[in-house]
Amino acid sequence: MNMHPIPPPRALGRVFVPMVTLAHGGGGKAMKDLIDDVFISAFANAAPQTLEDQARFDLAGLAAHGDRLAFTTDSFVVDPLFFPGGDIGKLAVCGTINDLAVGGAKPLYLSCAVVIEEGTEVELLRRIAQSMAYAAREAGVAIVTGDTKVVQRGACDKIFITTTGIGVIAPGVDLGVDRVRPGDGILVNGLLGDHGAAILCARGDLALETAIESDCAALHGLIAALLRAAPGARCIRDATRGGLATVLNEIADASGVSIEIEEALTPLREEVRGFCEILGLDPLYLANEGKIVIAVPRDEIAAALAALGAHPLGEGSALIGYAGCGEPGRVTMQTVFGGRRIVDMLVGEQLPRIC
Amino acid sequence: MKYADEFRDREKAATLILEIDRLAATIEIAKTRPINIMEVCGGHTHSIFRYGLEGMLPGAIELVHGPGCPVCVLPMGRVDDCVSIAERSEVIFATFGDAMRVPGSKKSLQQAKAGGADVRMVYSPLDALALARKNPGREVVFFGLGFETTMPSTALTVLQAEADGVENFSVFCNHITIVPTMKAILDSPELNLDGFLGPGHVSMVIGAAPYQFIADVYKRPMVIAGFEPLDVLQSIWMVLKQIKEGRAEIENQYARVAPAAGNAAALNAVGKVYELREFFEWRGLGSIDHSGVKMRDEYARFDAERKFAIPNVKIADPKSCQCGDVLKGVIKPWQCRVFGAACTPETPLGALMVSSEGACAAYYQYGGVRRHASNEATQRLATAS
Repeated sequence: MNMHPIPPPRALGRVFVPMVTLAHGGGGKAMKDLIDDVFISAFANAAPQTLEDQARFDLAGLAAHGDRLAFTTDSFVVDPLFFPGGDIGKLAVCGTINDLAVGGAKPLYLSCAVVIEEGTEVELLRRIAQSMAYAAREAGVAIVTGDTKVVQRGACDKIFITTTGIGVIAPGVDLGVDRVRPGDGILVNGLLGDHGAAILCARGDLALETAIESDCAALHGLIAALLRAAPGARCIRDATRGGLATVLNEIADASGVSIEIEEALTPLREEVRGFCEILGLDPLYLANEGKIVIAVPRDEIAAALAALGAHPLGEGSALIGYAGCGEPGRVTMQTVFGGRRIVDMLVGEQLPRIC
Repeated sequence: MKYADEFRDREKAATLILEIDRLAATIEIAKTRPINIMEVCGGHTHSIFRYGLEGMLPGAIELVHGPGCPVCVLPMGRVDDCVSIAERSEVIFATFGDAMRVPGSKKSLQQAKAGGADVRMVYSPLDALALARKNPGREVVFFGLGFETTMPSTALTVLQAEADGVENFSVFCNHITIVPTMKAILDSPELNLDGFLGPGHVSMVIGAAPYQFIADVYKRPMVIAGFEPLDVLQSIWMVLKQIKEGRAEIENQYARVAPAAGNAAALNAVGKVYELREFFEWRGLGSIDHSGVKMRDEYARFDAERKFAIPNVKIADPKSCQCGDVLKGVIKPWQCRVFGAACTPETPLGALMVSSEGACAAYYQYGGVRRHASNEATQRLATAS
């Protein structure tokens, strides 16, 4: 007699009320129903249905992808939750995938922890979970474990999501923010600032109508293609919060090099330029969710640009400048006008100017 | 981008720089010292740094960054007053974004917000009026700030509130006026300015006539200037030309936007709602007669100063701070004893470090690349960062 028969598939719970209440965070049936209905049914994969408190991996299976694990976590809070080009769910999946990919890792597994404000519509959660599931499926990554908490109204803004990711780095790939050398080319994979501008517009208090969409995308495919073409790449960083300027400063600082970029070569959408002109914002500091900054040795610049340009997420890729032997940590920009200015780290958040 | 890129043309810039260089070389004073030209307006300061103009100009020309950043010249006591209004439970305090970080004696509006005050960032006073309509149970106070550029929009909003009978809206008026302040600078005994770039947006409202005394009494040339980099260069050239020819006139480079007569409708609204204060306190410059406006008695019910009990405490500028000398062009930002050390954009002591239009913040952030190469600021910045 078999002592451990395989149980039949478990029937998933459902939620029949329109709004999340504190009862859904109580640890009882209501919570299980919410997790089943919203998350497990969307993420549909074998692992969560084991109902264990952890996902379990076969080490040999992981090792088949490379020789080092990459491990990262990120929290996502965004207002509004849905914006042109994406939503908080897509952002939470792509953001963590990108944090793995910029280290040269192949992203494999994600966790998903959500903090939900009581009163949030269940249908809204379903849409977000489905968006996460879709983004993960597209990226070939599995969401394998998670958690939900419900907090009192006002204790969070509808929903906060934290995703943690595991990936594996192939042998020989060695990217580092401290590895950039004078003479290296500085590349970006397309138009900058779309995400930051799209979010500011989507908040609706600017009374500006634009067609700018967030560039939110998972970039591991693009990065893999880039690394095949330019195996000597020194460093890749995603230019999220703080934008291009912040990443360039981090690279210059860690590598002890100067960096000079050319304003005329820096790709910007006309709408984003206009948007920044009106509000007195500097597009170099606007957030991106699908853009990376890449440093490659001079002899691999052409190959890297060709690989980026051939990928759908590399449209508009450009060489924007070079690392140099100037004052270490100093980032400068040759302006379109022929002058030169320092591009420093932003001190606080960027605030619109009054006149 | 149409109507902007035309004014950022690199080749035209090169030609103008060459002309400026040639002209400067023929001016007598340039043989013994640099020609000092003050750009009065913070918008110009911003453009100068944004496009790296200082590094492009010949060494014979020194730009002095003037008092035209309304955020910078706001005294600490007024920020404290803002915070005290904002912290009232019934108040929604609406402000332009860049006023959020200005330090008061204890805290900034941003810090008050973090502590629970309902401070909202708006892009126009009309947004604040809309907030008042949406929140009839709350008192919405708009932080009226800026020179004649922003004055008409607050005045029109007050007139709108009156017409619509919105009673839970008021303005904390900190509007200031540039002409008396320019006069104060011109009266300064340390004055060493040879000419001015006039504030383009202010002039769009007030016209050119109010500046005439600068030419007539003080014999200094002034050119009302636009904000694109070619505007600034052309205006510098025009100032030099006047110096060279021994003229002192008020010229208008920005005629495409700023008509010589100003904007009558805007001036009318301003005159209806505001009257001159006897004096107003400026950060770094002290009290200047008739340099601010307040709301007329007819609009007292829209005046936050009368609606709320405001502490109105005068807080002296920090002793170590030399903002006043920088504003008057007596010293350069990096010559201030606290620049880059006790005073940085993270922890601004003086107002000029606060806004990106403030001369010190602009130097710290964008840096005069040419000067960084050789002067003490480099060392101070290096030790500060």
